[in-house]
Amino acid sequence: MKTYPVEINVNGEWRKAEVTAHDTLLDALRDSFGALEVKNGCAQGDCGACTVILNDKAVNACLTLALQANGKNVTTLKGVGTPDNPHPLQQSFVEHGAVQCGFCTPGMVVSAKALLDKNPEPTRNEIREGISGNLCRCTGYTKIVEAIENASLKREK
Amino acid sequence: MMEKRNVHYTVNGEFIERFVEPNALLINVLRDGLHLTGAKYCCGTGQCGGCTVLVNGEPILSCLTLAVAVDGANILTIEGVAEPDGTLDPIQEAFLDNAAIQCGYCTPGMVLMAKDLLNKNPSPSEDQIREHIKGNLCRCTGYHRIVQAIKMCRE
Amino acid sequence: MTSTEYIKPSDLSDLRHVMEEYKARATVIAGGTNLIPEMRNGERSPELFIDISDMTELSFIRENNGSIAIGAATTIAEVASSPVLLDSSPILASAAKQLGNPLTRNRATLGGNLANASPCADTAPPLLALDASVEILSPGGKTRQVPLSKFFHGYKFTDLVKGEILSGITFPKPNASTKGSHTKIGLRNAASICVASIAVILDMDGKTCRKARVAAGSVAPIPMRAYRVEKLLEGKEINATLLDECMAVLKEEISPISDIRGSLEYRSYVTAMILKRNIKRALK
Repeated sequence: MKTYPVEINVNGEWRKAEVTAHDTLLDALRDSFGALEVKNGCAQGDCGACTVILNDKAVNACLTLALQANGKNVTTLKGVGTPDNPHPLQQSFVEHGAVQCGFCTPGMVVSAKALLDKNPEPTRNEIREGISGNLCRCTGYTKIVEAIENASLKREK
Repeated sequence: MMEKRNVHYTVNGEFIERFVEPNALLINVLRDGLHLTGAKYCCGTGQCGGCTVLVNGEPILSCLTLAVAVDGANILTIEGVAEPDGTLDPIQEAFLDNAAIQCGYCTPGMVLMAKDLLNKNPSPSEDQIREHIKGNLCRCTGYHRIVQAIKMCRE
Repeated sequence: MTSTEYIKPSDLSDLRHVMEEYKARATVIAGGTNLIPEMRNGERSPELFIDISDMTELSFIRENNGSIAIGAATTIAEVASSPVLLDSSPILASAAKQLGNPLTRNRATLGGNLANASPCADTAPPLLALDASVEILSPGGKTRQVPLSKFFHGYKFTDLVKGEILSGITFPKPNASTKGSHTKIGLRNAASICVASIAVILDMDGKTCRKARVAAGSVAPIPMRAYRVEKLLEGKEINATLLDECMAVLKEEISPISDIRGSLEYRSYVTAMILKRNIKRALK
């Protein structure tokens, strides 16, 4: 099996791996870099559980070849905030009951961060549109939208 | 064929009289006989709380209650919680405001249990709230918002 | 999937060289939003990826000499938010905005949407209504232009031959008095495969229609122009009777199917309805 070297900056740290041409960024993140917070929900770009920020754009890691991320920056949930230093979004998700089973949450928070980075005070409709690539089977979305709205008002601009 | 019995109740303030089989369940008399479908026939075994109604002010599981056993009782179902003019009870408003309703199937039972709790203890702690709704299962919300809604109704 | 290979050409001339050398073995990948799901379900097994996702020479939206030109590797998100397109051709920006979801729009490309040639391709009906052409890089250093209306030959079958790559899309910039409207019918507000769509472009002389372009999506094996409807509109004053005739003629021109997203009867009905709606909306 032919492999290629790839170097990706994951949450601020340059990581190296050997990947095949058809390995996706999702495969590399989970299998090579241990970034298990990036979830494999559908592996075909429908559910958004694998959402990461690639350079400055929120994308499905399952639809990006690992080699297409070579030399680029990838931000996952763990790059958005940590338990010691949570991002207002993460704090808000917990406070608003926006996490039930938690499987959609990493992708949801990353999408929300990308949204707020571009549009710091979105309307509810803009929030719904911004997370329309992220499916949740548990919460009914209302709590997630409220959590994002609440985090947006608290943001330091 | 069993001989039907005459029963009467006051349901949501209205006097009702019916003839029922001796083995008829209250849940079925409410739903099929009186078309009060707010109480749900869900598990039928008294485990989920979806069939909860208040009988003489006390919550009971109508799927485990014979209609004849509560003859003469004062019954409150979810349909009787709002005012006759449609004004919602503060508990119902709180459920709406707090996104405490997803599919809505557990909601009638939950609201009645909340009403029962706040009648008995106007300012319950979170633990007391959770204890009181322990018999009402919800598959959707994760309970967080239901508890939040009930907290909002505390004095 | 044994030993798939990967090449990332550094620029356009390197791309041409690579396409020439590998011809039939090459599978161009940009956003991968169709290709990767097809690989997963076994529909395609690329031997060699030619990655153009970062090729800046193919990523642009420009206006020159009365023409709008868009590079094939321009993302759908860029098309949806481009000030140039929002101003000159809002029906294209509108269709792009409704393609997929925000995540896939950040990777999917305009060239990919056309080259994949699904009958449901969201950007095709507006581009057909805008009289777009595609630019194709061919082996031997050649370049050719094909009107988009001649580009789709059949279900997912285009004018591209092995070794060729779709490099750009151009259309004449609509003048200020050109009116347009577009509707996509789908089952959801996002992540929705098109059930039926209509794009309309009208050049009016007062109340008379001088030129009409009507395109429909998801109601035939290819994204299509409704030529008979256009002929019916041109040179006439648009009124309620004419609109009813157009709806009847459109139903004859389209050939929708029944599938999990809708029945033939529904598609026929709704496409005619949105034709009327879009003509009326364009004229407001």
